[in-house]
Amino acid sequence: MIDAVGNPQSVLVLGGTSEIALAVIRRYTGARKPRVVLAARPSPRRDAAVAELTAEGVPVTALDFDARDVGGHSAVLDKAFADGGVDVALVAFGVLGDAERAWQDHEAAIELAEVNYTGAVSVGVGLAERLRAQGHGVIVALSSVAGERVRRSNFVYGSTKAGMDAFYQGLGEALRPHGVTVTVVRPGFVRTRMTEGLRPAPLSSTADQVAEVVVTAVRDRRELVWAPAPLRLVMSALRHLPRAVFRRLPV
Amino acid sequence: MLTRLSGWGRTAPTVARLVSPRDFEAVANVVKKSRERGVIARGLGRSYGDPAQNAGGVVLDMTRFDRIRRVDVDECLVDVEAGVSLDALMRVLLPFGLWPPVLPGTRQVTVGGAIAADVHGKGHHVVGSFGDHVRSLDLLTADGSIRELTPDGEGSALFWATVGGMGLTGVVLRATLRVVPVETSYFVVDTERLDNLDDLLARQSADDDRYAESVSWFDATATGPRLGRGVLTRANHARRDDLPAKPRRDPLAFDAPRLFTVPDVLPSGLLNRATARAFSELWYRKSPTRSGQVQNITQFLHPLDVIGEWNRGYGPRGFLQYQFVVPFAAVDVIRRVVERIASSGHVSALNVLKRFGPGNRAPLSFPGPGWTLCVDLPVRPGLGELCDGLDELVLGAGGRHYLAKESRATAEAVRRGYPRFEEWRAVRASVDPDGVFASDMSRRLEL
Repeated sequence: MIDAVGNPQSVLVLGGTSEIALAVIRRYTGARKPRVVLAARPSPRRDAAVAELTAEGVPVTALDFDARDVGGHSAVLDKAFADGGVDVALVAFGVLGDAERAWQDHEAAIELAEVNYTGAVSVGVGLAERLRAQGHGVIVALSSVAGERVRRSNFVYGSTKAGMDAFYQGLGEALRPHGVTVTVVRPGFVRTRMTEGLRPAPLSSTADQVAEVVVTAVRDRRELVWAPAPLRLVMSALRHLPRAVFRRLPV
Repeated sequence: MLTRLSGWGRTAPTVARLVSPRDFEAVANVVKKSRERGVIARGLGRSYGDPAQNAGGVVLDMTRFDRIRRVDVDECLVDVEAGVSLDALMRVLLPFGLWPPVLPGTRQVTVGGAIAADVHGKGHHVVGSFGDHVRSLDLLTADGSIRELTPDGEGSALFWATVGGMGLTGVVLRATLRVVPVETSYFVVDTERLDNLDDLLARQSADDDRYAESVSWFDATATGPRLGRGVLTRANHARRDDLPAKPRRDPLAFDAPRLFTVPDVLPSGLLNRATARAFSELWYRKSPTRSGQVQNITQFLHPLDVIGEWNRGYGPRGFLQYQFVVPFAAVDVIRRVVERIASSGHVSALNVLKRFGPGNRAPLSFPGPGWTLCVDLPVRPGLGELCDGLDELVLGAGGRHYLAKESRATAEAVRRGYPRFEEWRAVRASVDPDGVFASDMSRRLEL
C-alpha cells in the first residue's frame, strides 16, 4: 500500500537499469526500505544495481525482462506481483537509437517501434489488469517531450513516444474508476547514458532531477507532468508554432 | 459498487466494492463468499487513515444497522446494533437521564468502530476507554458464524482481541453497553490559560482526578519561552442545582446545530504558517482563565461537530493526525515533540494533550498510563520525514501510535509500540486463518 505521505511498500521497474528509474528507487529507499523488483535484461549494470540496493538493506529481486519479447511479459509480471502486489510500477525502458539510421534502416526503425511502443503497450495492458484487481497503485510511464511535437531531427523516436504517451494517458482514464493512477512523465533532455555524446538541449536535467519530479507526482497523484516543470510552457508554445517556423528552429 | 474510499484525513484513497447488506444473514454471506482481497467493515469513516478501506476487496457499509434495540434504565444498559452512531445513541439516552460514558472528539462514529478502535474521550483518566463499557458483543467471524463474546470467561480472548482489533477479527454486529446516569446535559467547566508548556503539564498533572473530563489544547506555532502555551479545560457533569434558571427547566436538553458544511472545493494549503498562527493566537486569547462556567455538550465536548465535513478545509492533499502516548516518566518526549513541530515549518492548529489513566486488557488498545499528544498536520513535502523522526522519540521512550489515527507508520513501529502484538496476532490467526478480514491498514502494517 502507499501511505498517507506517499511511501510505497513495493516498487517495480520495467527497464530496471534505466538511470531515471534507479534514481527514483534511490529516493524511495532513503528512509524506508520498500520491496524492489528490477525487471531488465541480464547485464552487469543490473547486477550492480541489485548489489547496491542489497548493500543498503533493500529487499530486491531481479527478473529477466526483454521489452521485445511481448509473449513473455505476462509471466514476468506474474512473478513481479507474486509477493503481495505492486504499489508503484515504472515503465522505464526505451531506446533512442541513431535518429538518421532509424528512418532509413528498416530494422532499426522496427526496433524502436517494438521496444518503445509495442513493448510499452504490452506491459501497460498487463499492469492494468493486475493493478485493477488490487484496487490501487500507480503506473509511471516515462514518456518524452520528443513525442509532444515530433521534430525532424528524431521523429522515429518521437513518434514512438507520442504513441506510448497517448496510450498511457488513455489508460489512466480507463483505470481511474478502479483506483489506479497513471502518471505520464515527459522529461526533456536528460543527461544520461542514453544521451551520451549528444549536445544537451535547453532546460536539460539530470536523472535525479527527473526522479524528484516523479516522486512528487506520485505522491500528489498527478496524471501528467513535465521535467523540469517549465517545459510544459515551452512545449505548449512549440506545439502551436506554424510548421514553417517550427522547422527553422534550432531545436 | 466500485467506490473510492479514504479515511477522514482524505489521504491514500483506494477503490473497493462497497456493499450495504440489509440483514446479518446478508453480512454472513458476503463474508463467506469473500475472495482473495478480503472484507472489512466500515462505519462512518472517521478513522483518519486506512483501516476502513480495502483496495480491490469488499467493504461492508454497516451504517444501515442503526437500531437501538433496548434501553434498560434500571440496569443502565443499552443493546444496540453496530451501525448506531454515538450521536444517535446520546440523543436517545439523554431523555432517560443516561449518558454514554466514553465519547471521543466527534460523536459521528459507530459503536462497531468505537469498539474496533477502542476509542477514548476526555474522561479516560476516570472511566477508561470504550471497550471497558462493553458488556457483550456479537461477532461475525470468518467462518460465517456469530459468536456472543463477553469480557470474562470463555471467548474473552477473542473479545479483547476485537476491542482495538481494527475490525480484523470479524464484524461486530451488536453490542450491549453500560451507560451512566446523569442529571443534566451540561458541564461545569474550569478553564486555565497557561503561557508555557511546563506550566501546562504541571497544572494538568496537579489535580486531574477532581474532574471527570480533562484535556488541553496547546499552541504548536509558538516557540521560545512561549513554547507549548495552551488552554487547559476540565469539567464535571453539571448537576441540576448547578444550572442557571433557564436551562434548569429542561436540564437534559440537547441541540447540536450544524452551522454549515464545508464545500469540497478548497485548495490545499489554506492552513499555513500565517493562518495557523492567527488561529492559535485567537484560540489562546479567547480562553482566559475562569472557573465554574456552565457549557453545553457541543461547546465543551464537540465544538467541531457544528461544521459539517470540516476535513475538506485541508484541501485535496488531505492531512494526517499524529497521536501517540508515552509513559508519564517520558514527559520530556512531549516537550521535544512540541519543539520539533513548532520549529519544523509544518503547521498544526488542532493540538491536544491529555493524561491517560490505566489501560485495559486488550492487546491492541491504545490508551495506557501516560501523556497522549495529538496534532493535525496537513500533508506537505517533508511531512513523512518529520513524522519518522517523531516515531523514533516516541517508540524509543516506550510509547506507541493510535491506530485509529495512523496512516503512515511502519509494521515495525506497531510491533515495537504494542509489545503484546504477537498475542493479538495469534488470536486473529486462530479465528481467521486465511485472512478473510483485510484492510489497506492490515496490508500496510502487516496486521
